[in-house]
Amino acid sequence: TKTRNNIVSGIDSIFNGFSSIDDEFYDEIEEILIMGDLGINATTSIIEDLKEKVKANKIKDPAECKELLIESIKDEMNVGETAYEFEHRKSVILVIGVNGVGKTTSVGKLAGKLKDQGKKVVLAAADTFRAAAGEQLTQWANRAGVDIIGGQEGADPAAVVYDAVAASKARNADVLLCDTAGRLHNKKNLMEELKKIDRVLEREYPDAYRETLVVLDGTTGQNALAQAKQFKEAANITGIILTKLDGTAKGGIAIAIHSELGIPVKYIGVGETIDDLQKFNANDFVNALFDVKHDEKEDDE
Amino acid sequence: MAFESLTDKLQNVFKNLRSKGRLTQEDVKAALKEVKLALLEADVSFKVVKQFIKTVEERAIGQDVLQSLTPGQTVIKIVNEEMVHLMGSDTTEISLKPGSEITIIMMIGLQGAGKTTTTAKIAGKLKSKGKKPLLAACDIYRPAAIKQLQINGEKQGVDVFSMGEGHKPVNIAKAAVEHAAKNGCNVVILDTAGRLHVDEDMMNELVEIKENVEIHQTILVVDAMTGQDAVNVAGMFEEKIGVDGVILTKLDGDTRGGAALSIRAVTGRPILYVGMGEKLSDLEQFYPDRMASRILGMGDILTLIEKA
Ligand SMILES: Nc1nc2c(ncn2[C@@H]2O[C@H](COP(=O)(O)OP(=O)(O)OP(=O)(O)O)[C@@H](O)[C@H]2O)c(=O)[nH]1
Ligand SMILES: Nc1nc2c(ncn2[C@@H]2O[C@H](COP(=O)(O)OP(=O)(O)OP(=O)(O)O)[C@@H](O)[C@H]2O)c(=O)[nH]1
Ligand SMILES: [Mg+2]
Ligand SMILES: [Mg+2]
Repeated sequence: TKTRNNIVSGIDSIFNGFSSIDDEFYDEIEEILIMGDLGINATTSIIEDLKEKVKANKIKDPAECKELLIESIKDEMNVGETAYEFEHRKSVILVIGVNGVGKTTSVGKLAGKLKDQGKKVVLAAADTFRAAAGEQLTQWANRAGVDIIGGQEGADPAAVVYDAVAASKARNADVLLCDTAGRLHNKKNLMEELKKIDRVLEREYPDAYRETLVVLDGTTGQNALAQAKQFKEAANITGIILTKLDGTAKGGIAIAIHSELGIPVKYIGVGETIDDLQKFNANDFVNALFDVKHDEKEDDE
Repeated sequence: MAFESLTDKLQNVFKNLRSKGRLTQEDVKAALKEVKLALLEADVSFKVVKQFIKTVEERAIGQDVLQSLTPGQTVIKIVNEEMVHLMGSDTTEISLKPGSEITIIMMIGLQGAGKTTTTAKIAGKLKSKGKKPLLAACDIYRPAAIKQLQINGEKQGVDVFSMGEGHKPVNIAKAAVEHAAKNGCNVVILDTAGRLHVDEDMMNELVEIKENVEIHQTILVVDAMTGQDAVNVAGMFEEKIGVDGVILTKLDGDTRGGAALSIRAVTGRPILYVGMGEKLSDLEQFYPDRMASRILGMGDILTLIEKA
C-alpha cells in the first residue's frame, strides 16, 4: 500500500472501546499520541485542553470526545490559504534539511508536479558535497523533464545557486527549485553555508516569491523539533515536507512543531516514485495518527 | 537553554526524604515519573519505557538509602545499571572469518539511514586491519546509488563490484562473491537498497539473497534520530531477515538517541558501531555506558555514581 487513502478505519476502534470518559480513557489517548511521536509537551497540552473542553461542554460520551480531539488537532494543523501561493507566482523554492531525509527525492517529485501544471521548472543542484548527489538529481530532472544547473562535486553551493538564478531569469522559468546538501542542524559552518545560499537568493532574485521548505523524515522522533528550530534560525522556513509516511511512522512530531513554531506541513512523501508527493491533508493525517494496531494491546495490560 | 538535568530533577524529588531509611513505593514512583519523562523525551519506545520503569521500580523499592548520600543517587544508580545492562555491557566487533576465507556482510535498513556511506566506512576500517574488502552494488533502484558507492569505494581505495541496474540483487550478490574469490578479496559487503519494513516485495528480495548467498553478518543500519517507530522497524527486520548487529548513524547530531535502547530491547542484537559524521573515517566504537548517559540526558552520571 503506497498511499494513505485507506487509513480511515483505525480511529473508531479506540473510542468505541470505552463507555465512559475516565482516567483510563485519557491514558489510552496519551499512549497513542506518544507512540505517534508527538512528544510529552504536545501530548500533555492536547490532553489538558481536551479535559477542559469535555468539562466545559459537559461531555459524557467518548465518541463526542473523539470528535473534539480530532477537530482540535485538525484546526491546529491547518495549512492556511496562501500555502501554495508559489504555484501562481514566479517563485524560488529552497529545500533544506538534515542528511537522508528525502530532499533530493522531494525536489524531483515537486518538479514533476509543477511540470505537470505546465510550468517551466529549473533545478539547482546545490548539493556539491555528497557522493553522486548531482547524478541523482540529474536523473530526477530527466524523469520530470526539467532543466538542471550545476552538479559538480566540490563546487561552491552558493555559486551554483547564483548560476541557477541567472539561468532561471534567462529562460524565464516559473519555478526555481534548489536542492541542498544534507546538514545536521548543530553544525555551525554548514548552517552558515545555508545562510549564504539564502542571501544569494535574496540578493540576486528579489522579485521571486520565496518559499523555503524544510524536509523532515516522518520516522524521526523528538529531534525533528530541534531541526525545525535551527533551520528556522538560518532561513525563513515557510513550510515542511514530511517524508516516508508510507511506512508505519506517524510523523506526529509535526504537530508539536506546528504548535510551537507555527510552521505548517505543506507536503507529505508517501513513496519513492515521482507521483508519491501529496499536498498535506489534515484530515488524513490525524486519522492515520489514531490508526493503531489493536492486537498489540494485550501484552501491556 | 536552561535545561534542568534529570539528576537535578531527581535530587529535587527526594529533597524532603533524607531522614527516611528505606525507599517506599511512593518515593520511587515519584522519582521514576521523572525518569519515564526523560526516556520518552529521548524517543525510547513507550512500551520499552514501561517495562524498564517496572524493572527499576521493583529493584528500587526497599533499598536502604542511608548507605548512600541521597535517595536520588540510589535511584540513579539503579537506573543506570539497568540501562547499561539493557544496552549490552561490552563493545562488540564484526566477527570475521580467518585468513583468506571470505566473510559476507549484508547492509540493510530503511531509506536514507546511511547504508551506502557506512558500507564504505566499514570497508576502510577493515582495510586498515589488513583485510581486502569488495563492495557490491546491490541497490538497483535509487537514482545514482551505484555511482555513489563507486565514488565512496574509490575514496577508500577498495574495489566496487557492480552489474548496473539490469540484474536482480541476488544475482549481483552471487557474482560479487565469485569475483571476490577470483581476486583475492576476503570480505564482501553488500550495499542494498533502502526499504520499508512493511514492503513485502522488497523484504522478500533480502530473503532471497539470504537463501542463495551465505551471509555471515546482516547489519541493520538505523538513523539515531528515529522515534517511536524504531521498534516496528527493528522488529520486522529481525523477524523477516534476521539481524546480527546494528549500526547507529548520525550520532554527531544532538539527538538523545533513545532508539538505541528500543532496538536493543526488541532485537537483543549488539550495536557494533556508531556513525559520527559524513566523512568516511567517521565510524566509531559503540560504548553502552556512554549511550546510557546520553539517553538519560546526564553526562555527569558516572561521576555522580562514584560519589554515591
Ligand atoms: N519510502 C519512502 N522513501 C523515500 C521518501 N522520500 C525519499 N525517500 C527515499 O529516502 C532516501 C533518501 O532520499 P534522498 O532524496 O536522497 O534524501 P536527501 O535528503 O536528499 O539525502 P542527502 O542529500 O544525502 O542528505 C532515498 O532512498 C529515497 O528514495 C518517501 O516519501 N517514502
Ligand atoms: N552527519 C552524518 N551524516 C551521515 C552519517 N551517515 C550517513 N550520513 C549521511 O546520510 C545521508 C544518507 O546516507 P546514505 O549512505 O546515502 O544512506 P542509505 O541508507 O544508503 O540511503 P538509501 O540507499 O537511499 O536507502 C548522506 O547524506 C550521508 O552523508 C553520519 O554518521 N553522520
Ligand atoms: Mg540529497
Ligand atoms: Mg544507499
